[in-house]
Amino acid sequence: MIRKLQKKLKGDNLFKALVAIIAASALVIVLVTAYVLVTGSSLALQTYGINFLTGTQWNPVPGSENFGALPYILGTLVTSGIALLIGVPLSLGIAIFLVEMAPKTIRVPVSYLVELLAAVPSVIYGLWGIFVLRFWLLNNIEKPISAILGWIPIFSGRPFGLDIFSAGVILAIMIIPTVASVSREVISAVPNSIREGAYSIGATKWEVIRHWVLAYGRSGIFGAVILGLGRAVGETMAVTMIIGNASGPSAMPTSLFQTGQTMPSLIANGFFDAQSPVAASAYLGVGLILLVMSLLINIVAHVMVTRVFKVKGGAVE
Amino acid sequence: MAQAFFTTLRSKFHGYAFRKFKNKLFFVLCGVCVVVAVIPLISILFEAVMRGAPQLSVQFIFADGNNGGIGPAIQGTLIIMGLTSLIGIPLGVLSGIYLSEFGQNKYASAMRTLNNIVTEFPSIIVGIVAYSIVVLYITRYNSALAGAAALSIIMIPIVARTTEESLKLVPNTIREASLAMGVHKWRTTLSVVLPSAKAGLITGTMLAVARIAGETAPLLLTIGGSSYFFGGLFQQMDALPLRIYRYAGQPDASVQAQAWGAALVLILIVLALNIAVRLASRGRLRR
Repeated sequence: MIRKLQKKLKGDNLFKALVAIIAASALVIVLVTAYVLVTGSSLALQTYGINFLTGTQWNPVPGSENFGALPYILGTLVTSGIALLIGVPLSLGIAIFLVEMAPKTIRVPVSYLVELLAAVPSVIYGLWGIFVLRFWLLNNIEKPISAILGWIPIFSGRPFGLDIFSAGVILAIMIIPTVASVSREVISAVPNSIREGAYSIGATKWEVIRHWVLAYGRSGIFGAVILGLGRAVGETMAVTMIIGNASGPSAMPTSLFQTGQTMPSLIANGFFDAQSPVAASAYLGVGLILLVMSLLINIVAHVMVTRVFKVKGGAVE
Repeated sequence: MAQAFFTTLRSKFHGYAFRKFKNKLFFVLCGVCVVVAVIPLISILFEAVMRGAPQLSVQFIFADGNNGGIGPAIQGTLIIMGLTSLIGIPLGVLSGIYLSEFGQNKYASAMRTLNNIVTEFPSIIVGIVAYSIVVLYITRYNSALAGAAALSIIMIPIVARTTEESLKLVPNTIREASLAMGVHKWRTTLSVVLPSAKAGLITGTMLAVARIAGETAPLLLTIGGSSYFFGGLFQQMDALPLRIYRYAGQPDASVQAQAWGAALVLILIVLALNIAVRLASRGRLRR
């Protein structure tokens, strides 16, 4: 009897220990990633110091190497900013439509289509971007704006289609499924008593959404937006294909209609051509900056989103 | 301008009429948002079929790169899907089992958080890690194995999360019934809880497979690309996303057309997986 019990405990504990060790695979991945990027980039970070963050040169020619990541940090922020400006209002519109307006017969297929948008591989977005979207944007948006507002610095330059603006638009399309589906969950988590209270004092449906539902879920919706930002910051292939891949000081995002470069696209383009150890190290340094940026963004997003769902539990429902 | 537009409207419609008008206006705007978001999807599918379908032929699909085909790329994508599943599914499912069945402690919640963090890693970073470890130290050259390692990093956390979610849906009474019959916890988990959550597990896993089938950035740094068929785990390999990227950058219009053909094949693989899974899970819910 006792031996049987011991045997049973042994089997169960063994199983528990096994799955507990395997559950640490996420920890291993994080540690290995941090190790690879920190040790790999130390040479470049030591050589250039703070200039690695503030410099604008990117010269991999052996003998006269000089690396500064500022244009790509700014390029990442600018393209992601454009993506949010265009993508967030659209996503919120979709989320509101799906939760508050659409009858079930429309809701199911529409949410299904929006989810399919997330299933399209990013290289296909890139292909579509350079052969279809690029020309549409060039002829319908960039040329007219450039003709009328070309004297404003951010619209200067001759539009070509492969530029920061196009990259921002393609990122906007790619973050829509993320932002829309999270804000949709947030909006459905808003208790109905909030809506009923607002209706009872005579608000129209739009006023209920605008002043009560969105206000109640604002922390979660902010989280959804930040989550979208995280997607946009880390997106590689579509951006690499459409942004024009400038390098050095000319990659500084001064005009929307100029070629640019983001941190992921810089790595995707140049990592293999890095010939000297310091050049390879510089690419890993950019990777480290990218990782830190995306980690901060995602942690903020998760905190904001979970806050709403926690409130839901204690709400007046 | 918009301000002026609204002030004229406000003077025309006082009070309730204006508010009702605004209500309608924003409803229409939300509908427009949906239409605008769906246009790119339809355009992508339309262009892929219009430009890709004329490319499709037996030779295009089965011949190697030197004979004008994308056979190695299709083969490579299928191989890498299989290899990654071989690594990613067992590890992911077992981590998910821990998080769901034993996950009421601080260690588990820390692992859960790390899991979420890894899910959001930029894909190019995953490529750098696999390159720096597998390519530099194990295979010494771009290889199929390095690609599978990179994609496993993406797959494990996704599978772990869906496993945890589907196991949590299994009612506790089922676990208790099994334990009451004197079955070990490990046996209960593997033979009773897992089969009960089968549908959710399969759905989640297939979606993860569809997700990694289209990943490009990690492959760019790891498998190297090739115009020949699969030559071994330690050899360079081709894959559809990589082939599309390479062909799209060529100036030759006939090569660009081949990129669209390859894109159509990739879309068919990914969307077929997605749609099959959704249809299957919808049927399950209805029943």
